[in-house]
Amino acid sequence: MKKKQKSISYAKWGYIFILPFFLCYFIFSLIPLADTIRYSFFEYYRSGIKEIGPTFIGMENYGSLLESDMLKYGANTLILWVIGFIPQILIALLLAVWFTDIRLKIRGKQFFKVVIYLPNLIMASAFAMLFFTIFSTNGPINSILMSLGVIHEKIDFMGSTFGTRSLIGFMNFLMWFGNTTIMLMAAIMGISVDVFEAAEIDGCSGIRRFFSIILPLIRPILAYTLITAIIGGLQMFDVPQILTNGQGTPDRTSMTLIMFLNSHLKSKNYGMAGALSVYLFIVSGALCFVVYKMTNGNDEDGSKAAAKRRAKEEKRRRK
Amino acid sequence: MIKRRAIAALLIASMCAGTLAGCGNSGQSGTTGEGKVINIYSWNDEFRQRVEAVYPEVEKTSEDGTVTTLKDGTEIHWIINPNQDGVYQQKLDEALLNQADAAADDKIDIFLSETDYVNKYTDADADVAMPLADLGIDPATDLKDQYEFTKTTASDMNGVQRGSTWQCCPGLLVYRRDIAMDVFGTDDPEAIGEKVKDWDTMKATAEELKAKGYYTFASYADTFRLYGNSIGDSWVKQGETVINVDQKIMDWISDSKEWLDAGYLDKTVKGQWNDDWNKSMGSASKVFAFLFPAWGIDFTLKPNWDGDAGAWAVTNPPQEYNWGGSYVHACTGTDNPEHVKDIILAVTASEDNLLKISRDYSDFTNTTVGMQKAAGDDTFSSEFLGGQNPFMYFAPVAENIKIAPLSAYDQGCVELIQNAFSDYFQGLVEYDKAKTNFETAIKERYPDITEIRWPD
Amino acid sequence: MESKKPNALRSIVAHLVLIILSIMCLFFFYILIINATRSHADLQKGFSALPGKDFLVNLNKVANDGTFPMFRGILNSLVVSGFSAALCTYFSSLTAYGLYAYDFKLKKVAFTFIMAILVMPTQVTAMGFLRLITKMGMYDSLLPLIIPSIASPAVFYFMYSYLQSSLPLSLVEAARIDGSMEFRTFNQIVLPIMKPAIAVQAIFTFVGSWNNYFVPALIIQSKDKMTVPILIATLRGADYMNFDSAKIYMMIMVAIVPIVIIYLLLSKYIIAGVTLGGVKE
Repeated sequence: MKKKQKSISYAKWGYIFILPFFLCYFIFSLIPLADTIRYSFFEYYRSGIKEIGPTFIGMENYGSLLESDMLKYGANTLILWVIGFIPQILIALLLAVWFTDIRLKIRGKQFFKVVIYLPNLIMASAFAMLFFTIFSTNGPINSILMSLGVIHEKIDFMGSTFGTRSLIGFMNFLMWFGNTTIMLMAAIMGISVDVFEAAEIDGCSGIRRFFSIILPLIRPILAYTLITAIIGGLQMFDVPQILTNGQGTPDRTSMTLIMFLNSHLKSKNYGMAGALSVYLFIVSGALCFVVYKMTNGNDEDGSKAAAKRRAKEEKRRRK
Repeated sequence: MIKRRAIAALLIASMCAGTLAGCGNSGQSGTTGEGKVINIYSWNDEFRQRVEAVYPEVEKTSEDGTVTTLKDGTEIHWIINPNQDGVYQQKLDEALLNQADAAADDKIDIFLSETDYVNKYTDADADVAMPLADLGIDPATDLKDQYEFTKTTASDMNGVQRGSTWQCCPGLLVYRRDIAMDVFGTDDPEAIGEKVKDWDTMKATAEELKAKGYYTFASYADTFRLYGNSIGDSWVKQGETVINVDQKIMDWISDSKEWLDAGYLDKTVKGQWNDDWNKSMGSASKVFAFLFPAWGIDFTLKPNWDGDAGAWAVTNPPQEYNWGGSYVHACTGTDNPEHVKDIILAVTASEDNLLKISRDYSDFTNTTVGMQKAAGDDTFSSEFLGGQNPFMYFAPVAENIKIAPLSAYDQGCVELIQNAFSDYFQGLVEYDKAKTNFETAIKERYPDITEIRWPD
Repeated sequence: MESKKPNALRSIVAHLVLIILSIMCLFFFYILIINATRSHADLQKGFSALPGKDFLVNLNKVANDGTFPMFRGILNSLVVSGFSAALCTYFSSLTAYGLYAYDFKLKKVAFTFIMAILVMPTQVTAMGFLRLITKMGMYDSLLPLIIPSIASPAVFYFMYSYLQSSLPLSLVEAARIDGSMEFRTFNQIVLPIMKPAIAVQAIFTFVGSWNNYFVPALIIQSKDKMTVPILIATLRGADYMNFDSAKIYMMIMVAIVPIVIIYLLLSKYIIAGVTLGGVKE
């Protein structure tokens, strides 16, 4: 229980500190957002260079989207996301633990830390371009496999649903696992050194150390990782776009929601794009709410305090 | 972060450019009553180079290529946006919508378009491209030396010409001499021309090539222009919102499937402008021929060929066709009509200037008389083609081209039908599914399309 | 000490995994570097495992082309990314601290609001954003690429989470008792504690901004304001006449060098941050 009168006297500072953020947000995001939502109720697009509309049509855009293949693209997005994200979070957790474990001597640790983040530094579109070249039917991967005798006929990687999806997943994994590792590393390094010292003296094993100390203590950051990954997944665009030339080939099985949105934006169909955006907004909001609740339990900012308390108790017990 | 990342390379989806900052000198009129700034929208330096080459008023161009100063002090401002992802058209469209409100020196004076979407801008209702007659150019006399089909292409539905081009892109069949020798025992263009003179003969020839282990063409996309340019009706009729898929397109689909399955085409090459396609032009490739206009031979085939010069030859294609071409339009609302008129005439209507462009830039240019001269002039012969003079072959094709009826929807239709059926050719989807995929994609691209009609 | 054996085994596994991952990561850079040393004609012919001889030729082509402002583009990108990263991390920390350390009526509302907008796909507002920028007279200027980074919900959330796990409020109260003003407390006590988080987010923001193509492509028109991704797009968008894949690879490579350097500089801070940020209770 904090003393009430004390916090009241500082309240204005709270407002002052958050003012720039909100001011900036209202101007640069909220006004445009209102625009988007408004247009979602209009028929408004370009035919050639003539503007059609805006004509108010109520929920019609929402209805026709439900009739379209939107749900199928949603499923595509989910599949592509899972293929990339599962290995990404697992590898990232593993690496973050290894990198922060003082007992585990890794030669060239600094080198590895730099290298795993490198793929994230290239523009996704440039990376996709490289991928496309490398995995093309007459590209280096095929020639290497051929000369090693692993395969006897060239593999048409981008010619099958499975191949294309795997490539997209693999690319997303490669681009993002370093990023996630660094984030988790920062979280683990934020844990008080005392806790680890205490655990070490307690003879805590690596696995227990991970599940009993690290995981609960980095829960807020883990939630953050999950949430940003979900948002990033929903917004997956540039990799499949470039790899499949914007078509989501084959048979639109790698067409993601944002690629779908993009094709509406390309035709300047502001009405339809607006409605699709609202759907996206609702879905990502719901997903993140679930994740947030799941990872943070009931107490909004207490989970970590509790964990810390536990660690402290442990320490005390040891003494 | 992933979020930010996703935006990072997100296509330039939409909307753009209201005003043209950076081009705003004060709107002072010169002695001629003309504005001081000529704004030209284009997607590359091609037009600038040609203007510099033949427009006598050009004094100098700034080092970064953004401003060309004319002798009378007028400045041409080049507003270049990449064609990639449709950025060029988006920025141009936005500027056109603001044309009426723009300050005199910010108004677009000239813009360029390509054959695939020229019709979108020559539309009479939209009226963004000025009729040439309003500039004081009489197409019947001033442009009488131009190829007729280029004039049709640049005209609106009432036959009013609203653009002009220096370039003309008749296509030929370019083949490998060594493969011709191996299979047919001759590499003589006349003899080979006979073997590819129409589609039926072509098919028999393809069988011969296959027997020796060669592919006739690289990809199914290679032949598309020949079919696509000979459609009987436009994709969308004026005033309608229905896509009519022409029988010629269906022929392309069935022929391509047949050819691919028969092994006349290289299965590993999917479409054009990709690595595999580029490699199929190399010496290690088994592909016999490509279908290219002048620019294709010089700027696509030549850089991709790694053998000696003289290994290729041209002959007549199985069917006359046109591929590409950039049109120059005067923009409605221009404050420099005199300069615009001069530029258009200098670059697209003078036989001497056009021949100079042909010589300097290898364009097949828009002058019937000039091209006939070039066809008979040995100095136009090409080392790459083993001393052949390609203009001898281009000229008759150009004269026989009947341009397909155009619509404002052509670019999307051409692009999306190839994409949709690409899956079908490779055996990934059924025929009907490919049709549905085309319908979905085209309606996404053009929201006003209500129906797609397939021939029976 | 009994864990010595398993540790040796773990160490081998760890090295093995890291080496495999590194090979995968570096393979693409290897290809990129190789391709940047080959001429367009060589590239068209296919893949080669050995570098070509055209490195300097290609570099010269992108660096000394009067129509292609490479240095200007890099400078613009550095300015935009640098300011974005600085503003974004500072104001996100400030906002996070404001919501974490103070109690006020709208605190819960403000927090919930940010959490709600966190999930908003950014593409959604792009059209309205452009209209707004044009109306405000900031079209074709670098400002709209920098200022909006002040409000980054995702970075805020990260900072907030970090504060939760690293900043005991007792520290703030102690500072108050010492007579420290609120801004001073934030700048001199809280910020140093947040260094690891700031370093991490600064890298990510910098890289995100450095590689951002979508927004700049909407807003930037004139050549002297173009950023690196737009320049790369210009090269990729070049048509058959000017298309030179060697130039593209070279430009992509040139574009990576500054961020690799920035990353190397900041990654030191992350390491240093462990000692600086370790909070003793």
